[in-house]
Amino acid sequence: MAEHDFETDGFDFSNVANKLGVTRRTYLKFCAGVAASLGLSTKASLAMAQTIAEASKRPPVIWLHGQECTGPTESLLRSEQPSLAHLILDMISLDYHQTLDAGAGHKVEEIKKKSMEENKGKYLLVVEGAIPVKDGGIYCKIAGETMLDLTVEAAENAAAIVAFGSCASWGGVQSASPNPTGAKGAQAILPGKTVVNIPGCPPNPANFLGTVLYFVTFGKLPPLDEQNRPKWAYGRLIHENCYRRPHFDAGRFATEFGDEGHKKGYCLYKLGCKGPETYNNCPSLEFNNVGGGVWPVGVGHPCFGCSEQGVGFNKPMFSLADVKTHTPPNNFPAIDDRQQESGISPTAAAIGGAAVGAAIGATLVASKKLGNKDAGGDESSSSDDQGK
Amino acid sequence: MTTRITVDPITRIEGHLRIDVEVDDGKVTKAWSSGQMWRGIEKILVGRDPREAWMYTQRFCGVCTTVHAITSVRAVENALQMEVPVNAQLIRNIIQTAHAIQDHIVHFYHLSAVDWVDVVSALKADPKATAKLAESLSDWSLNGEHEMKAVQDRLKSFVESGQLGPFASGFWGHPAMKLPPEVNLLAVAHYLQALDVQNHANKIVAILGGKTPHIQNVAVGGITNSIGHDAPSVLNIERIMLIKGFIDKLEHFVKSAYMTDVPAIGAFYLDWTGYGGGVTNYLSVPDCPQDTKGTKFDLLGGFIENGDLSSYKPITNFNDSYFRDGVAESSKHAWYEGDEPLHPFKGETEPQYTDFQDDGQYSWVKAPTFYGKRAEVGPLANVMVNVAAGEERYTKYLGDAIGVIKSVAGISEVPLSALNSTIGRHAARAIRCGVMMDTLKQQWQKLVDNIASGDTDTFNAPEFPKGEIEGVGFHEAPRGTLSHWVVIEDAKIKNYQAVVPSTWNAGPRDADGEPGPYEASLLDNPIADPENPLEVLRTVHSFDPCIACAIHMVDTENKPIVKVKAL
Repeated sequence: MAEHDFETDGFDFSNVANKLGVTRRTYLKFCAGVAASLGLSTKASLAMAQTIAEASKRPPVIWLHGQECTGPTESLLRSEQPSLAHLILDMISLDYHQTLDAGAGHKVEEIKKKSMEENKGKYLLVVEGAIPVKDGGIYCKIAGETMLDLTVEAAENAAAIVAFGSCASWGGVQSASPNPTGAKGAQAILPGKTVVNIPGCPPNPANFLGTVLYFVTFGKLPPLDEQNRPKWAYGRLIHENCYRRPHFDAGRFATEFGDEGHKKGYCLYKLGCKGPETYNNCPSLEFNNVGGGVWPVGVGHPCFGCSEQGVGFNKPMFSLADVKTHTPPNNFPAIDDRQQESGISPTAAAIGGAAVGAAIGATLVASKKLGNKDAGGDESSSSDDQGK
Repeated sequence: MTTRITVDPITRIEGHLRIDVEVDDGKVTKAWSSGQMWRGIEKILVGRDPREAWMYTQRFCGVCTTVHAITSVRAVENALQMEVPVNAQLIRNIIQTAHAIQDHIVHFYHLSAVDWVDVVSALKADPKATAKLAESLSDWSLNGEHEMKAVQDRLKSFVESGQLGPFASGFWGHPAMKLPPEVNLLAVAHYLQALDVQNHANKIVAILGGKTPHIQNVAVGGITNSIGHDAPSVLNIERIMLIKGFIDKLEHFVKSAYMTDVPAIGAFYLDWTGYGGGVTNYLSVPDCPQDTKGTKFDLLGGFIENGDLSSYKPITNFNDSYFRDGVAESSKHAWYEGDEPLHPFKGETEPQYTDFQDDGQYSWVKAPTFYGKRAEVGPLANVMVNVAAGEERYTKYLGDAIGVIKSVAGISEVPLSALNSTIGRHAARAIRCGVMMDTLKQQWQKLVDNIASGDTDTFNAPEFPKGEIEGVGFHEAPRGTLSHWVVIEDAKIKNYQAVVPSTWNAGPRDADGEPGPYEASLLDNPIADPENPLEVLRTVHSFDPCIACAIHMVDTENKPIVKVKAL
């Protein structure tokens, strides 16, 4: 049993239960789960468990709120891997956070400054929300200072910077045309720094927590893609893991909410689903731990690409996606027509789909793009010198 | 001597809020409420497809997630005068009600309780006495001695770590803190338990909405969940029963913990029923539509002036002109051009930033009025209006809350006017939460019955005419009356305006110089220690501020947006 293996490694977990307020078993399971989703070994999960349990000081976190809706923080309130209580009571020291701080005004500002000074080079900076840069940044002010100045100031001595949500990653909803306030993501205003992007509106809290716990455990950032998104969470297109994908390949589409194809759970591509051009793990992770296909496509709505720069809040919701993998079999007959010809089985339609795809060389394109995505940056070089 | 206090940022709220007060002889004599962030989302909506407006407006706020999505589709449906299938109404009702319950629980326990509860004092409590007290108040199942001891131990090891994180700045030991150690420990225990409980409500929202925050099963004309049992990937009996399980768990906490904790804690702060009243005009809209046209509602709405129940005037349906014609917004004291109040359909907003001017412009929030009067919205308004309308559930839960206060405080009389106060707002929220709990159960049952009757319709396709149409959608959101106003021309958005609860409450002085609800409610509040103005937070938090929601603008003519006068 995995649990037994941990014990033979000689680490004493007896006080973990007291310290974290969870059972030892739950705790190890959690660490193993995080490690597994990061593609790490059992050994790594043990290291993670040990780091958190042994740390004499919880890592300090400074959390800034810019132009945002608090969606990312609210997503943590819904997290169970771990819960918000475990996170802030047992795992990190959340020294500044406007939604959660008990005090207010100059008192919290002083605590922030003190923590940033005492923990120079050691604190984790989390940015939630976009940063308006137009007109000197006047569209968002905290304690009399602009979000722009506050972000640059806090980034200066941060050990690592995480942009939590699409707003902090690339500007989000307020950066949509005509971008009235000049809203930008954190990376765009911090040119010399590496900002880890966890886009999504809001993202699955597990994508944030897994990345933060990786950093806390190993002292470096996980492998990132060319947009500085952790590969473990954003390495695949939604379309590649969607359980409606076989319907796409077979040419079975919903064309309007409530039509026959929609009622049968067919592919939502023709309703504008942006899964084919959005990199995220929604279909494999789902949301809110209730199982049973709880994610947007699971409740019959097309993905609108909330996490993907240039897609979410940019492309019209009902417009067709730019399919990154292969050309969609648009020329399949409508479902109704096919049902009248009772001789054609779904299997036959699927074979037909494959044939159309192959005929235009789509598979070749798909594998090429996949290969590029996977090869996107040398993993060690993209993570080793970050967070310093 | 006059002392000026600026609290910026106000924490434990959504968004960026600054509050300034002048204090004379330990009392607030002047107050200013100022929103400190502007995003311009409504401007972004101009020219877009009305069917996707909800996706943008929902991003007004992640705390008030769901509400701006549902209200937006209602506005477009109202412009089209279209009907919505009963299943879609019921599923929206279940989502919005579950979300309201979550929001109220989180507001009390996680965003405002530490204004009244001294967490550090809980270390001195006797767990046994705490359990005895708790069990005398209600039958909530996690009130035992072992639970109280475990919470106290956990708190102790957290405090001993020396890293207090978000609690480092708390008002521990402040002279305005009055609860005995045992009540403090009880509240801390329920604070931690409530973190788990609120997630039951989130799961209900997620099962139907696809995720939370920010649901994605919304469509103009209905919802996108298809109902059936002949294919996977549709809403079926398994999902519906899963929801019922969460409803039951939620109800136990709401009825046995939340609804008792608020009046019990309030009984120790009876002096706060004398502070924080404010404008005492109350606006609330009907909600939970029961038919396809939005003419029958489960919850009632209307308007009351000067806290006088007999002045009640009802708002009855989605097309009611009494509501539609009464709303206007003034930007005389906000950082926009123009002095005259304008109806939302005609709203014009040109940013004009001046920095903070006490007698001039000082906020990104505008000042809405109802027939020229400032109005408070939110659970207090909702309770006052429904009690005035004689709604039985509200009257019953109000009576229950008063009963707890009387027995804990040992007093014989609690007048209705005590509700017009800082502590009254918390009590009203708990009362409303009880009603929402009953509504949630009832809407779930209606959905089951409707599906059983053979109705599986969820969506009517919208059709947009050539030319100009306009519509308003409203919703009684957790923070109060929310309305979205849309003008559509040739199937494109021409003008979009949201008049949200925190705009009603957090707005600056209006065109006549009348203070907004936050500002009015702060007057005469005591301030024991100007360095630590806990009392300001108590009153402002009692409204449950949400500032990202409150600040928005419309610009129909696409002029240069910004004119900076001074920095």
